[in-house]
Amino acid sequence: MDHIISIKEVSREEIDDILDRAAAIDQGIFDHDALAGKILAVLFFEPSTRTQMSFTAAMQRLGGTVINFGSVEASSIAKGETLADTIRVVSGYADAIVLRHPKEGASLFASEFSTVPVINAGDGAGQHPSQTLLDLFTIRQSMPLEGIDVGFLGDLRYGRTTHSLAFALSHYGVRIHTITPQGLELPPSLVHDLHEAGTEIVVHEHIDDIIPDLDVLYVTRIQRERFPDPGTYASIASWYRITPEVLTGVRDRFILMHPLPRVDEIDPAVDSLPCARYFQQAKNGVPIRMAMLQKVLP
Amino acid sequence: MKRKPEEGLLISPIRNGTVIDHIDPGEGLSVLRILGVTGRTTECLSIATNVESRQMGKKDIVKIENRELKKEEVDRISLVAPHASINIIREFRVEKKIGVEIPPLITGVIRCPNPGCISNANEPIQSSFHCRSKGYRCRYCETLITRDIATYII
Ligand SMILES: [Zn+2]
Repeated sequence: MDHIISIKEVSREEIDDILDRAAAIDQGIFDHDALAGKILAVLFFEPSTRTQMSFTAAMQRLGGTVINFGSVEASSIAKGETLADTIRVVSGYADAIVLRHPKEGASLFASEFSTVPVINAGDGAGQHPSQTLLDLFTIRQSMPLEGIDVGFLGDLRYGRTTHSLAFALSHYGVRIHTITPQGLELPPSLVHDLHEAGTEIVVHEHIDDIIPDLDVLYVTRIQRERFPDPGTYASIASWYRITPEVLTGVRDRFILMHPLPRVDEIDPAVDSLPCARYFQQAKNGVPIRMAMLQKVLP
Repeated sequence: MKRKPEEGLLISPIRNGTVIDHIDPGEGLSVLRILGVTGRTTECLSIATNVESRQMGKKDIVKIENRELKKEEVDRISLVAPHASINIIREFRVEKKIGVEIPPLITGVIRCPNPGCISNANEPIQSSFHCRSKGYRCRYCETLITRDIATYII
């Protein structure tokens, strides 16, 4: 039985397989009854409406059905039931479980108690493999992944989305460029892992220094709480803000990505540029999750 | 020439049990904590700290009577005393010598420092760490412990 817990545990071959499946699905090539008669339990211990909706849509497009426990307050969890017990019970009801939980490592723990496949839909600040896969898929729609130059801009210290993506990109000989405020650089342990995987990391002071040489720029939110006062935040935020002017002179195949929701990081004037792919990226959540469900529910 | 004190002068020999020698100086008490030996247990034990050692300069020694350590207990000691050597004693004779090996995974011995980690939640779970050259990495949340390992012993 296959769980999908962490992108680190998914091999390059398996990633390529999921991306190929998603590409076919995206072109309408899939069996609409592939998962007919199958039941997916969607267990969200913290709200993430979009992720929940896109897993539900993915299951239903493949002919399957979805169960969930409604609001957490109304269920046994409010009575203090452990996650272990919830998983043991629910894995008797469903053919697979999608789990979102506030504690880091909750999905790995759940997989130890589940008798059916578990897909991690985010655990605390931890792993969120479906986001990573849809990010890779979005890049691959525009260009091959091998040997490209990917810039990461914003909070790279606390943003695990970028950690997982950077790690997955290390399978493809990608060069990574980072542009971050002081104190929000990639954690040293990740830098170590990436170097060990043979990935080159180049640190830049300002986006202008590297933008003409990038194939992908992945922007993440810089949180207000990370800074001592609103003034510091405002000046940092404007230094890292992406406007149409910043994007002049980019490569033809250049694309701009963001995991959404965004706040001030990207000027809405950028939305109409052909390189803006963040809404496409969000939409890709459904075919990727369909491919993941097909992978764990053969 | 200055005469080195013999071990025997510090701790008398034991009849049956375990002698843990070559413990890094100052880590003897941590070794006892890892083995679950507290003031409330009934083992008769002796501990010598900062004993002069030809190999190590200084070392700690722990002797536990009437208890033979198991292999997995020995390996946990690697957390604080990777150079320790373990002698199982029967009838005053060294019956068996066991070297300390760093196990690939260490379970239920150290607590994850990340309060957001599932291993610290109210669940039927034991902490679990991968042992790597650069430290101990939580199997659940990937938090890395590189120093002061003894302070995380449960
Ligand atoms: Zn942990």
